[in-house]
Amino acid sequence: MRATLRNSTLVRHGLFFLALAVVLLVLTSFVFDPYTNYNVTEVAIYAICTAGLTVLTGINGQVSLGHGALMMIGAYTTSVLLTWHPDLPLILMLLASIATTGVAGAIVGLAGARLRGPYLAGATLALAVALPQVPSHFASVFGGNQGLNVPTPSPPAFLGGDFSPEQWLAWITLAAAVITFFVLANLVRGATGRRFRMVRDNEVAARLSGIDVARTQVLAYIISAACAGLAGSLFAYWVTVTSPSGFSLNLSLSLLTAIVIGGLGSLSGAVIGSFILVYLPVWTGGFASSLNLSSNVANNVPLAIYGIVLIVAILVFPRGIAGGIASIARGAARVIPSSRGPTALPAAPESSQ
Amino acid sequence: MRPEISRSRTWAVAAVGGVAALLTAACGSSSPTSTSNTASAPGITASQVTIGSTQPLTGPAAPGYSEIAPAANAYFKYVNAHGGVNGRKINYIYLDDQYNPTSTATQTRKLVLQDNVFAIFQALGTPTHLSVVSYLNSSKVPDLFVASGCNCWNNTSQYPDTFGWQPNYTIEGKILGQYIAQNFGSKKVGFFLQGPNDEFGADGFAGVMDSLQGKGLNVDSTPAYYTPTAAGAMAVPAAIAGLQAQGVQVIVSFSVPLFTAVAEASAAGLKYSAQFVVSNVGADPPTLAGILTGGSLGKRLPAGLIAGTISDTYLPLLTDASNPWVTMFKSIEQTYASSLPWDGNVEYGMSEAYTFVQALKAAGQNPTRASIIAAIQNSHWTDGPGLTPYAYSSSDHNGYTGVQMVTVNATGDLTTLGPIETTDDTASGAINTYSGAASTPPANGIPSD
Repeated sequence: MRATLRNSTLVRHGLFFLALAVVLLVLTSFVFDPYTNYNVTEVAIYAICTAGLTVLTGINGQVSLGHGALMMIGAYTTSVLLTWHPDLPLILMLLASIATTGVAGAIVGLAGARLRGPYLAGATLALAVALPQVPSHFASVFGGNQGLNVPTPSPPAFLGGDFSPEQWLAWITLAAAVITFFVLANLVRGATGRRFRMVRDNEVAARLSGIDVARTQVLAYIISAACAGLAGSLFAYWVTVTSPSGFSLNLSLSLLTAIVIGGLGSLSGAVIGSFILVYLPVWTGGFASSLNLSSNVANNVPLAIYGIVLIVAILVFPRGIAGGIASIARGAARVIPSSRGPTALPAAPESSQ
Repeated sequence: MRPEISRSRTWAVAAVGGVAALLTAACGSSSPTSTSNTASAPGITASQVTIGSTQPLTGPAAPGYSEIAPAANAYFKYVNAHGGVNGRKINYIYLDDQYNPTSTATQTRKLVLQDNVFAIFQALGTPTHLSVVSYLNSSKVPDLFVASGCNCWNNTSQYPDTFGWQPNYTIEGKILGQYIAQNFGSKKVGFFLQGPNDEFGADGFAGVMDSLQGKGLNVDSTPAYYTPTAAGAMAVPAAIAGLQAQGVQVIVSFSVPLFTAVAEASAAGLKYSAQFVVSNVGADPPTLAGILTGGSLGKRLPAGLIAGTISDTYLPLLTDASNPWVTMFKSIEQTYASSLPWDGNVEYGMSEAYTFVQALKAAGQNPTRASIIAAIQNSHWTDGPGLTPYAYSSSDHNGYTGVQMVTVNATGDLTTLGPIETTDDTASGAINTYSGAASTPPANGIPSD
């Protein structure tokens, strides 16, 4: 039994994520109030997207400033389909969004495989800036600036009348997140992940080892985009309105911020970063309103604090919070040699250098 | 009002039990001694009523509109300082949504799920509030006096808990259109609208076209549009140049203040002397002058640019020192919100707050979400700051239904052009002159019923 656990990544990951799913089920059902469920849903949505982004950027070494735009493709796929066929089941919407965004990712990836460093950043930045303009030009399909309304998925009747829609969406989103992380954790631990890392670390060496660099890069982009598409579809259900204003350049930059703060290349870092993305503004907003400042100042204090916290976090944890926790854990293990140190999360944080 | 003390007590007890028929309680509740205050609904305690709102405190719609909620709050502070409503103080939480529908959706969830507000009040913006109106109605949260003139708020079957307040854009558009047909019949009329696919621009356009069509007028029915974002502001000069190239002589503009200002400045820059006819929501002279001279555009422009602009109003003129509503609100502003300028946004915010206090009083000593909806529908209030009475009934959730045409004079103040006119939002509904007497505020400034 022990040997199976040690040797089979699939079994180990399977057990871990099953346990995680049970914990989340208990938390969302018995511990969280509807507003916490609502916020946890947002964390899970960002986590799905940032997990894909961290695989692309942290593990495969391709930067993307355009993941907000990819989320937008997923969100609009769901919203447009729902406008045409309001009765289609949610699971179909999620799969359709994964498919369309995956195709978009393949196209971006094909271009990306020819571009390096700042040029790739520039190309994806262009995507993030340009795509939100599209709905205004094809307003009859995409609803223009006002956007398309998305009905909140209502919980099935057998769960009872008191079952809140927030909890139902939290279940759906967390289930999607657990599955995504399970798949990605296995992927980055396996042969595909090794190829991704090798391409990141040395393209020439990778090519000499028989790895098709361009194909690997495109595959990384497709996987990453599919995650963004899933996140975008869930985002549409979560916000209940899909409008270009939800997918500004700001979103793309926030996603990138999240993986850098959380720890580049680490799936647990993606979760930590998403958590910060959602909760830091909540906390700073509460703090700002407790200061009793004039409204012109108070309205902008949350943004200022957010910026300061990000700067401090990068200075203190240059490898992200997940990297910082790993260093602290290693330090503690050295100080207390007898203790085995905390078990690392499935995808152990690793250096991206 | 017949205060029937014993019946009122019986009914108030029934109300706590969740019975919806609260009209009688509403009528009997003005005697504060009959029962004690209870926590009768979410957001209501014995001593406080918590209401929430989403407002563009920052972002492209902030110039001007960011003053509305603070002004309403100033009126609530005044009411709180004078005993509150049935002994309850009003706690008004307004959150910034940057005029971004995505943000509106999330901030509204926070107000309802976390801050546990009794009602949403004065939520600002058409595209923004459209993103939450279904949610609020399915959650049975009263959605009172949306700060937008979209016709969509008057939809009693789909949105029974939502109420508009200002004249809707089609009503306003019809009256603006009638003025254009009567006074600029020989000129070519074009449009500058928020949109496309934005109900604000679309409803206004429909109203103006109702009055212009079939009269043989020269109308350029392909509007120029702007997107209410920072990037959208950059594209305005090109849109105005497009209207100039079409030979448009009268520009009908359904735009928020920043975009009206940019449009008028662009026209001046192009030496394009078109007549602007602007919706009330984007035409407040102090706001426009502030934007044009305050450097929001990066350079100072003369406030005189807006002289001659034609618009309309449904509230007393800011400069009308003889109007008791104006003097009352102005003195409240000086005491409770002295950092705000005296402009149309402040008058708007306070006027809407006055209507909310009317509704809260009418909802009974221990209001419920159902009782405040019933109270507004059955109100038939005759007093209020508006130039016309409210239209509220069980089948009509529009507020004011009429406006008076105005123009900006050389000193930057508004002067009226003709009588107060009322109409409905159907294409065939006639426009009538309103001759009812103006109401005066109660002596203590707090609604009595």
